Amino acid sequence: MKSPCQWNETVTLPSKNDAVFRNGDYNFAYLDEQTKRMIRRALLKAVAIPGYQVPFAAREMPLPYGWGTGGIQLTAALIGPRDVLKVIDQGADDTTNAVNIRSFFERMTDVATTTLVQEATLIQTRHRIPETPLRADQILIYQVPLPDPVSRLEPRGTERANMHAFGDYGLINVKLYEDIAQHGSVAMAFDYPVIVNGRYLASPSPIPKFDNPKLHMNPALQLFGAGRERRIYAIPPFTSVRSLDFDDHPFTIQPWDESCALCGAPDSFLEEMTVDDRGNRQHICSDSDYCAQRRATQPAHVRHQEAMP
Amino acid sequence: MTALLSGRGLTRMFDGKNGCAQIDIDLHPGEVTCIVGESGSGKTTLLNLLSLQLRPDAGSLYYRTDDGARIDLGLASEIDRRRLMRTEWGFVRQNPRDGLLRDVSAGANISERLMANGARHYGALRDTAIDWMRKVELDHGRVDDLPRDFSGGMQQRLQIARNLVTGPRLLFMDEPTAGLDVSVQARLLDLLRTLTSQLGIAILIVTHDIGVARLLAHRLLVMRRGRIIETGLTDQVLDDPQQPYTQMLVSSVLPV
Repeated sequence: MKSPCQWNETVTLPSKNDAVFRNGDYNFAYLDEQTKRMIRRALLKAVAIPGYQVPFAAREMPLPYGWGTGGIQLTAALIGPRDVLKVIDQGADDTTNAVNIRSFFERMTDVATTTLVQEATLIQTRHRIPETPLRADQILIYQVPLPDPVSRLEPRGTERANMHAFGDYGLINVKLYEDIAQHGSVAMAFDYPVIVNGRYLASPSPIPKFDNPKLHMNPALQLFGAGRERRIYAIPPFTSVRSLDFDDHPFTIQPWDESCALCGAPDSFLEEMTVDDRGNRQHICSDSDYCAQRRATQPAHVRHQEAMP
Repeated sequence: MTALLSGRGLTRMFDGKNGCAQIDIDLHPGEVTCIVGESGSGKTTLLNLLSLQLRPDAGSLYYRTDDGARIDLGLASEIDRRRLMRTEWGFVRQNPRDGLLRDVSAGANISERLMANGARHYGALRDTAIDWMRKVELDHGRVDDLPRDFSGGMQQRLQIARNLVTGPRLLFMDEPTAGLDVSVQARLLDLLRTLTSQLGIAILIVTHDIGVARLLAHRLLVMRRGRIIETGLTDQVLDDPQQPYTQMLVSSVLPV
């Protein structure tokens, strides 16, 4: 296992003779260097204006739209030979999307991969933020299907651009009002819109609203790539991220009565799984790495006690 | 009396012929001004110029703010213009479908402008919405109903409530009673008359219905072929029209 890349370390770029280029048919990390440069420029702009959607010339990638073409391009533009990559899909390292994107980068870059959050320097994710707190030397890359939270409410792109330019976000609050009027509470359980750095309205990608508090003041750099919509945006480290709400209906995350049936975690995001043909169900951590690490470090009786309060 | 909104030499032509040209106009606080004229006379173009929805080819537009300052709207920043349009001005469209959010409830429609201006208390917003439904004579028990469940006249009243909720100083209306049957029209006109006298705001109404003008307007502008051909107090213009076109317009109203 290679060691994680440090900030103060001098990074030597790979040359044609290095092992990373031995897959001779493709450039390192699949994308050509001009494309990587274009994406890096867009990324710099995105980091400079937190939450602002920067247009970029998204390339065709060898996977269909909706499967992470945005995230995979950001990863390809950022990854270096000494990076350690983790890819998760719905919190798990062993789901189709995660397995395939990870093996894609193994083949195209020869970098080390891991399932452990603390070992990774780059984490590409779909639909979750890891339960394990991130560090300042890590980058979290999100796959985003719909970067603009108002796109369902205002079909005109020009008008949406104006709304962002002038901070004119009445319309998204109408959606919140309407949810409370019809359902008694805000009905959005995932992709819950946020205001980044007190200025730009942004989609956190379809993460559960359970994860929204982790966006706020996170030490890691958070980057968002939307391939089909051709937008990149960013939440720089230690940036304020506020979930939209009303004074008398404050933002809350969903609670569970259960704990994880495998590791006993009382505070992680749980998925309800059918475990046999009789319809028996269990609640299990969606973050497979978090669950596995807890099980590896805890004696069985402790887990049992936590699971049965 | 100092004008709230003044246009000088406003010109906007389409293809060099249709549109409006060399319009001087003053709108005063507490006064209802009506623009009448036939189809294609430039009424709506003028309305769109005054409400900043069209840029003029020539001419200038001045607005007197709350603190008495006179600002040139042609030079004002887009931020100022948008703030003005969502707080101090209102725009009631001919077809309520264009002026309402179709997929959200009456309450959300009324609250939108308040939320755009930063209101963040759901209970207070809802109370305000209910209060305004009462003021425009809508059943406040229907605050959670969608606009499409209201009749045409009720939708129009909802649109008026949605515009008046921020307490604007100036309201633009484009044929507000067209498409409504006469009894509903009469109720709406009655409501408009009550509201305008209570609120003391400046209103500009574009209409081709002389009856609406006679009932509501203090001042009348008659347009033809993109120009204002006659202007004055409503009674004066309607009872003693000077221009042949105005005479024709007044005499063509069917007597009941």
